[in-house]
Amino acid sequence: MNRYPVWKYAIIVIALLVGFLYTLPNFFGEAPAVQVSSGKATVKVDTGTQRRVEDALKAAGIAPAGILFDGNSIKIRLSTGDEQLRAKDAIQKALIPDPADPAYVVALNLLSRSPSWLSAVGAAPMYLGLDLRGGVHFMLQVDMQAALTRKVESLSGDLRTAFREKNVRHSGISRNSQSIEVQLRDAQTLAAAKSVIADQFAELETTEAPLAGGEFTLTARIRATAARAIQEQALKQNMVTLHNRINELGVAEPVIQQQGLDRIVVQLPGVQDTAKAKDILGRTATLEVRLVDESTEGRAAESGTGPVPFGSERFLERNSQPVIVKKQVILTGENLTDAQPGFDNQTQEAAVHLSLDAKGSRIFRDITRENIGKRMAILLFEKGKGEVVTAPVIRSEIGGGRVQISGRMSTTEAHDTALLLRAGSLAAPMEIIEERTIGPSLGVENITKGFHSVTWGFLVIVAFMCVYYMMFGIFSSVALGVNLLLLVAVLSMLQATLTLPGMAAMALALGMAIDSNVLINERVREELRGGASPQAAINAGYERAWGTILDSNVTTLIAGVALLIFGSGPVRGFAVVHCIGILTSMFSAVFFSRGLVNFWYGRVKKLKGVSIGTVWRPDGGKDVAPSTRGS
Amino acid sequence: MEFFKFRKDIPFMRHALVLNVVSVVTFLLALFFLFHKGLHLSVEFTGGTVMEVGYTQPADVPKLRSVIAGLGYTDVQVQNFGTAQDVIIRLPTQKGVSSAQQSEIAFAALKASDAGATLRRQEFVGPQVGEELVTDGLKALAMVVAGIMIYLAIRFEWKFAVAAIVANLHDVVIILGFFAFFQWEFSLAVLAAVLAVLGYSVNESVVIFDRIRENFRRYRKMDTVGIIDNAITSTISRTIITHGSTQIMVLSMLLFGGPTLYYFALALTIGICFGIYSSVFVGAAIAMWLGIKREDMVKPVTQKGVDPNDPNAGATV
Repeated sequence: MNRYPVWKYAIIVIALLVGFLYTLPNFFGEAPAVQVSSGKATVKVDTGTQRRVEDALKAAGIAPAGILFDGNSIKIRLSTGDEQLRAKDAIQKALIPDPADPAYVVALNLLSRSPSWLSAVGAAPMYLGLDLRGGVHFMLQVDMQAALTRKVESLSGDLRTAFREKNVRHSGISRNSQSIEVQLRDAQTLAAAKSVIADQFAELETTEAPLAGGEFTLTARIRATAARAIQEQALKQNMVTLHNRINELGVAEPVIQQQGLDRIVVQLPGVQDTAKAKDILGRTATLEVRLVDESTEGRAAESGTGPVPFGSERFLERNSQPVIVKKQVILTGENLTDAQPGFDNQTQEAAVHLSLDAKGSRIFRDITRENIGKRMAILLFEKGKGEVVTAPVIRSEIGGGRVQISGRMSTTEAHDTALLLRAGSLAAPMEIIEERTIGPSLGVENITKGFHSVTWGFLVIVAFMCVYYMMFGIFSSVALGVNLLLLVAVLSMLQATLTLPGMAAMALALGMAIDSNVLINERVREELRGGASPQAAINAGYERAWGTILDSNVTTLIAGVALLIFGSGPVRGFAVVHCIGILTSMFSAVFFSRGLVNFWYGRVKKLKGVSIGTVWRPDGGKDVAPSTRGS
Repeated sequence: MEFFKFRKDIPFMRHALVLNVVSVVTFLLALFFLFHKGLHLSVEFTGGTVMEVGYTQPADVPKLRSVIAGLGYTDVQVQNFGTAQDVIIRLPTQKGVSSAQQSEIAFAALKASDAGATLRRQEFVGPQVGEELVTDGLKALAMVVAGIMIYLAIRFEWKFAVAAIVANLHDVVIILGFFAFFQWEFSLAVLAAVLAVLGYSVNESVVIFDRIRENFRRYRKMDTVGIIDNAITSTISRTIITHGSTQIMVLSMLLFGGPTLYYFALALTIGICFGIYSSVFVGAAIAMWLGIKREDMVKPVTQKGVDPNDPNAGATV
């Protein structure tokens, strides 16, 4: 009765093999590595870059232990930390001629030492959280109300223009927090205004209220769906901007994630200089529109034959072409509401479409009217250093706040310019609402602490189980070991983040998993005490204990899932391991340990006794001494 | 080896009243301290800045306190953390000063007074996050309570569900009472521990209830009190051993886990100890007073192979 069919043993063997395979990478440790990734949206890392890296290393006399190209970045594994630093310098020198304008991010990293065949099957070591490896964690809150207000502001400008074009005579448009109020004199103009809004402004919905004297107030609000889209876009744009800025920090594996509807989590493993990180995250890159100095002195300076005239400045375009620009700022990024790549309506050339807010469009119209045929420069200031994004010629007066930059541009260039222009400003202001810095030494300490907790607890439990339950104690201990193996394997497989609370959950999971085995062992003893034959006692012990084990695990799992749903940060790290631990314990403590018992005792035909420690009889009869297998 | 040798069932239920009075008194005391002293909530809940600073030699805490107080903070806590070299500094949120500046200014002041200071860890939490954590924590608690009650009501009976949840919520309140009385820091990790304890010690009640149900089926002549006594007696060995094993793990965390895991392990320790007490003495007694009967447990067996729509099904002549 205590026999498993072959397929059950097969499941156990497969589970053990898979578990072992995925646990394996954790034992290899990590090797120093250098990671090369793109530092600009316009620069792609490809096999050509890899060749350059290889050449640079060869020239420096460094033999890398391995070079890995994963589509986005090149990872160079090295044997020593010293070599890592030398390799970084060599690569930096080869790839980045101008340190002020890095096209690539060359960062120090750690790479798993596990052999490539393990990586090929997707086996990777557990992903350690910041508290175990050191680094910075930020949570940023995006001010969505500000994003909406800004959008409404720009829409009210557009509305004014549209009414003028369609000859709708209103007696005033005003923005009232997040709604636009239009005053209209009669029902006829009201109908006209409504049709304009319905035709051209799909994102607005209107309500009307009659005023005294036959006048009307038309209130336009952003539709809920449109508002959601605006918020999503604002969040995406902020994430893009953050990404660009973080690239400068040279972090190997930055994490930039959306959390909830209006939050962004940024994690920078290995970064210690929080002040710099905060400075870069919080920086407001500014965008400025200025006129190009077209005077003779200016032209001379541009061609390099004269000094830069008074009242002007010299900036470089992205292709290193100098441009002499007047110091007077016409517009700033604040007035720019959007920049999108697209095509010119007539020529089908690639173009960038800019949208300006009401104030911006008014200024822009005046400036363009007065400066037809001249050039205008759009500058992006970052780190206090300006760069000319583009310097187009003004062809005609531009009103309405819709600006198109076109000519001499490829589609990719249009795309990148739009990105740069958007990146210049955050879509909505952000503030840091949570911040955590963990020093690298503390991270290593935390790992050892967690490791010691698990190891010592595990050993003491194993010792106790073996003494108290003899052979069954050994089975239980092996099952507990398998539980740990599977838990680590599943965590490695899912690449769930392991934190210190996670390691605590691991220890706790083992402490709770032994509960199932104690239940079974006690039950088997009880059956033996009741006079059942050894085989029957084993069978009944497992059968009867199962219901209880299931109930108790489900209730524990309910608590785990609640923590997973409502927990954040450290609690979530705890909950993930806790839940997985419960599931693996059901397999190892019941299914696997039964397999062991069946394998050991199940084949014996006339089993005289089982080694489960002293089974004490209350009726004063002789205690059943521990015994080994019968004949 | 066998630790527990009981010749007869221990009459636990005879002392149920006394034991429950003890329980109620502890519970009320815990409630009193909880409301009177309140929890010493960590910065995660209240918002503010925490800095862990390491020194090369034992840190001079009073001096550090005066350095920080010199920056204009009224409510500053400076404590040793784990070792004599490490200190933890808690700063309340200041209006008009961003988190970035706050920790930088404070650390610059510390660095000025002792060049050997290193910033080991720094944490800032905005006030809005703290508020959310409190509501999320309460939601999680509500979900655990509701989930466990529903499961137990389906698996067993509503009386058991009520008894189990009362017994275990009583544990939770007592843990909180301890944290309030000793003014230990109540962090997110402790909250996780409290909820884990809730799930874990329900196990205990489940094991006993399971046995009560089985006994109702097996010993048809025994009365309810006898059945409960027998159920507790026959599971007590298992109860002590499993809790002992879990406690070994928790103890290991308490000893080796360092200051970060200290209160987490402490909450679990209290939870485990009171978990045994409450499921053995409180849970079963409440179920008894709610009036569990054999009929609640042993459902009349419906005959198989009988068409339920047949009006004459089961009819015998």
